[in-house]
Amino acid sequence: MAQKVLMKGNEAIGEAAIHAGCQCFFGYPITPQTEVAAYMSRRMPKVGRVFLQAESEVAAINMVYGAAGAGVRVMTSSSSPGISLKAEGISYIAGAELPCVILNIVRGGPGLGGIQPAQSDYFQATKGGGHGDYKLVVLAPSSVQEMVDFVQDAFDIADKYRTPVMIMGDGMLGQMMEPVEFKERPKKELPEKTWAANGLRGREKHNVINSLFLKPEELEAHNNKLQEKYREIEKNEVRYELYNCDEEMDLVIVSYGTLARICKNAIKMLKKEGINVGLIRPITLWPYPVEAFDKVVDKTKHGFISVEMSCGQMVEDVQLAVNGRKPVHFYGRSGGMVPTPAEIANKIKGIVGGAK
Amino acid sequence: MTVVFDRPKALLDVPTHYCPGCTHGVIHRLVAEVIDELGILDKTIGVAPVGCSVLAYDYFACDMYEAAHGRAPAVATGIKRAVPDSVVFTYQGDGDLAAIGTAEIIHAAARGEKITTIFVNNAIYGMTGGQMAPTTLPGQVTETSPYGRDVKTAGYPIRVAEMISTLDGAVYVERVSVDSVPNIIKAKKAIKKAFEIQLQGLGFSLVEVLSICPTNWGLSPNESVKWLRDNMIPYYPLGVKKDATTGEVK
Ligand SMILES: Cc1ncc(C[n+]2csc(CCOP(=O)(O)OP(=O)(O)O)c2C)c(N)n1
Ligand code: SF4
Ligand SMILES: [Mg+2]
Repeated sequence: MAQKVLMKGNEAIGEAAIHAGCQCFFGYPITPQTEVAAYMSRRMPKVGRVFLQAESEVAAINMVYGAAGAGVRVMTSSSSPGISLKAEGISYIAGAELPCVILNIVRGGPGLGGIQPAQSDYFQATKGGGHGDYKLVVLAPSSVQEMVDFVQDAFDIADKYRTPVMIMGDGMLGQMMEPVEFKERPKKELPEKTWAANGLRGREKHNVINSLFLKPEELEAHNNKLQEKYREIEKNEVRYELYNCDEEMDLVIVSYGTLARICKNAIKMLKKEGINVGLIRPITLWPYPVEAFDKVVDKTKHGFISVEMSCGQMVEDVQLAVNGRKPVHFYGRSGGMVPTPAEIANKIKGIVGGAK
Repeated sequence: MTVVFDRPKALLDVPTHYCPGCTHGVIHRLVAEVIDELGILDKTIGVAPVGCSVLAYDYFACDMYEAAHGRAPAVATGIKRAVPDSVVFTYQGDGDLAAIGTAEIIHAAARGEKITTIFVNNAIYGMTGGQMAPTTLPGQVTETSPYGRDVKTAGYPIRVAEMISTLDGAVYVERVSVDSVPNIIKAKKAIKKAFEIQLQGLGFSLVEVLSICPTNWGLSPNESVKWLRDNMIPYYPLGVKKDATTGEVK
């Protein structure tokens, strides 16, 4: 077993990427993810890899497009306003079917917003962000260890499906110090990148990295192919955690990321008062873990509550998953305000009617 | 029978979509001939822009990318950093390079990226139907400067070659024209030198090529060539703007 080391989230991400064979990192400073770039600027040259500070997030994501198209593992990181700038490039990357990993350490918005933790980029990450019919696989870690594991998973998923993968965290996770282990992972069987445009080098036909299809029937066929891939991902890659969901429950919380940990504390507090609350923690925000809801919907008396650090974004997916079978409630703080366990517990007591 | 003229290997045997008389095709050919002569087809990777030459990826025989509007230098940076032993070129129009992509070209040059940019200046947005470009001349009529470019409201054209030559990372910068046979020959020499600079690992090289757009200029190809000569060359003087290998800076 590999040794555990104490690491800050933002640095652990960088080290995990290096472990995963990330060859190039392109970034641009923005709080609260600058430490990822700083870590990579220290480490990448030491291991003979590429770190480059781009002139903007727009340039950074297009450098990712270039490196990914050439067939190397590549990553970029940013925070909310920077991800908005990257949206055009992400759409091109999805359209051209290039594998890469994009990290968003989310901060409060809209606009310049604030620099404190938030989850208000859920819509942007899961419903598009850029133009066109595309999807990002979105992984939401809730601990530094998961951050490390998911970075490595993200590269594999990206390569397997030729698709961009986003890891969405928040400033708490970036700053958190936790013991982590860089596990030796068995080598995944991944398809060879025969499509990569890295020079003919004896190959007969040229490779083209492109998202332009001027003929409507060709673009539709391309879109259908992307959709098939997304259905495949929905079949294979859904991840979630069920916590305290075995017995009959008064209510089920739905929450992801670091906030899900806070919700677990609220659940413990409520338990002492005789209120039994479960938790669905989506780990893939897309594909959304609809099946988790099917498993618990009959066991919850008062339905579900989506607890978010946003003004109500994921709650729409909760409603879709529940599909009218039970009530869906919402509790959210925004702007960098992080709900406390007591606050969440109080809101829940309001719904289930206090101690039984 | 000896073949005296043939299609360069670096160009595929496909018809292009360019308008009759358009010099984009001439410039493609020059780039292709240079790739052939340097024997680098196997390791060359080209980046097409958004503009009339968007489909260049279907014409060049080397590996190709299609970049987002203006972002070709960033894409080329990513490629070159990932595959350092490749030869990477961008082929960009004036709207692509000097308007939406200004930041990307300046920083690629400033970093001394070991890439080569072929910059096609036709003083107009060709693909979208003839709107004002950053290179449109004062007084020039376009779809979005119908009374002629008024410098009081629309500002002044950008002389890209001169601007880039001020950057330390730019090693070789020249402006050429494809309006006549002698100038076409000079253009090819410049393009070849630009690729050689890259092959020697010296830094960034850019060749600005004055080019015609008969369709959107509303002129015949012959009239267009004359218009380029009479109007563009005086505003955009030809010649080497910078050659760090000889210490020449103009
Ligand atoms: C982000 C974005 N904005 C605008 C466009 C529309 N557009 C396509 S080509 C073009 C202008 C190209 O002009 P230029 O670079 O001068 O090339 P030319 O066609 O003259 O060769 C524009 C504005 C686009 N495709 N993408
Ligand atoms: S519109 Fe102008 S630049 Fe475009 S192909 Fe036609 S002549 Fe050439
Ligand atoms: Mg133009």
